[in-house]
Amino acid sequence: MSTAVTSPVALSPGIKPRSLWSDAWRRLISAQVARFGMAIIILFALMAVLPPLLAPYDPRTDMDLASRLKAPSQQHLFGTDTHGRDVFNRIIHAARVSLGVGLGAVSVAVLAGTLLGLVSGFAGRWTDLLLMFLMDIMLAFPGMLLAIALVSMRGPGLFNSLLAVSVVSIPVYARIARSTVLSLKEREYVTAARCVGAGGPRILFRHIFPNSLPPVIVQATLGVASSILEIAALGFLGLGAQPPTPEWGAMLADGYKYLTTGAWWVLFFPGLAIMLTVLGFNLLGDGLLRRTFATPGTALTRP
Amino acid sequence: MWRYVVKRFLTIIPVLFGVSILVFSFIRLIPGDPAVAMLGERATPEAIARVRENLGLDKPLYEQYLIYLGKVLRGDLGTSILRGDPVVQDILRRFPATVELALSAIFVALLVGVPAGIVSATRRNSLFDNVSRLIALTGVSMPIFWLGLMLAWLFGVVLHVLPTGGPLTTELSLTYKPLTGLVLLDGLLTMRWAIFADRLKHLILPAMALGTIPMAIIARMTRSTMLEVLGQDYIRTAHAKGLQERAVVLRHALKNALLPIITVVGLQVGRLLSGAILTETIFSWPGIGLWAYEAIQSRDYPIVQGVTLFIAIIFVTANLSVDLLYAAVDPRIRYE
Repeated sequence: MSTAVTSPVALSPGIKPRSLWSDAWRRLISAQVARFGMAIIILFALMAVLPPLLAPYDPRTDMDLASRLKAPSQQHLFGTDTHGRDVFNRIIHAARVSLGVGLGAVSVAVLAGTLLGLVSGFAGRWTDLLLMFLMDIMLAFPGMLLAIALVSMRGPGLFNSLLAVSVVSIPVYARIARSTVLSLKEREYVTAARCVGAGGPRILFRHIFPNSLPPVIVQATLGVASSILEIAALGFLGLGAQPPTPEWGAMLADGYKYLTTGAWWVLFFPGLAIMLTVLGFNLLGDGLLRRTFATPGTALTRP
Repeated sequence: MWRYVVKRFLTIIPVLFGVSILVFSFIRLIPGDPAVAMLGERATPEAIARVRENLGLDKPLYEQYLIYLGKVLRGDLGTSILRGDPVVQDILRRFPATVELALSAIFVALLVGVPAGIVSATRRNSLFDNVSRLIALTGVSMPIFWLGLMLAWLFGVVLHVLPTGGPLTTELSLTYKPLTGLVLLDGLLTMRWAIFADRLKHLILPAMALGTIPMAIIARMTRSTMLEVLGQDYIRTAHAKGLQERAVVLRHALKNALLPIITVVGLQVGRLLSGAILTETIFSWPGIGLWAYEAIQSRDYPIVQGVTLFIAIIFVTANLSVDLLYAAVDPRIRYE
């Protein structure tokens, strides 16, 4: 955990401190693996932002029943699905859904988890015991299973699957934030802040919170990878995006019925898109992990 | 040691209580009236009243929970809405198939993951190391349902060498009588080779699909712990004594790297059981995963609740066993 505190706050006053972000960015681009991951993510992010340019058809309504399940050709790069819709077009449009929901789920989880962890670590005593007990209960379920169970109760849909996936990963962030707070609480600069009369919330949010971010950010990057996988899995089980919304997992569920007909393209390409996106975030997260925390034994877990 | 064991056992009791409260409150998550949600809008008032009574929804909340807890403690996980069968009976009937699949998956994962990790560590930064690390990272990024589908397509549809799903060929399944419930083992024990071979054929693809992520994790773990161990002084000493590379790696290094590997295998239990829902669905494998999927589709909530609770209990127990095993195997570890 020692590198986690080599932040601007701890630098001597003579050196012009780099901001947290520029420091992180410098470390990041010097790692080749992370750069490769970043490139994949940017590619998919562009797909998510620019669908009208890349894929002009409406992914829901652009059907041509005369050309159902056509193999990839020049006209349809990735072939057509069971409704005669262009698979390439739908994959591009789905990038927005999958990336958006994946990032959304992680954001909610990071926000809620970090807040819980900070409060738990800072308050200590009963608050800490109670909150961590609640987290332990949630961790008593395999994450994917709990997400499936929650969505099957609340009812299928993208919003519910976003919520379920994020709720399930809250404990991971809460634990990381808590353990960082516990180690930061005893630092000199916190004592110093306390001496000059800073109150609890100010110390927590101005001094401890910014310094507890690096491990959370690394975990969040890996978290996006697993969220996208989980959302796709929910989509595949029919619990996520409902047809005709284009979503990679749901597209696989649709194509799955035609497995034996040999229409491999309706299955191959959406899955490839999921795998590449997830790989991108895993590479980035791995690079970050290696760069920021060269120290062994850093308490990070893959959810 | 014994004090630690007892203490660990005592800590999981409150967690299991918490788990039961969470699973109990699942019913509360259903929007609107759960009974209506299960039966549909056109259900008769009598049917709805019957389901409400079945779920105990006509009583106050704390009483509902106490009744639920009492039933769970007596091994009653409720009854299926659609069929009226006790949930626990069906879980026990279907669980062996899931166990067989999960064991095969972890077998595949160990068979490939451990050797790959060892070779990676001994030839650090070689071509093999880099390729296997890339494969491992791709492996953890793989949606297992996609992998399963592609395997079924390649080996089942294109090459026609393996079945795309199902537990056994129909003719054989008519003559099969369960002994242990693990069909592969039964085939071996009763020396019915046709059943053994046929089951193996049906198992390979789902086991590969389910085993890929654990395989990647095991390979990564083996590599990193082996690297750590290989840097130790006693390895240098072993080399200096003139021991063969093979003996140093397998006898001196691997032995000491095994503990983290065992731990990581134990931690795969949750992944295997939740992954089983996806894998069993794709390969029509008749375990609790497929059953849970069907229950979700037909909104048979007590089944979903029962399976979730069952898997959570196994998951907690598995994690506890890993902890205890860790303490038992490594004499250096001391617990207060």
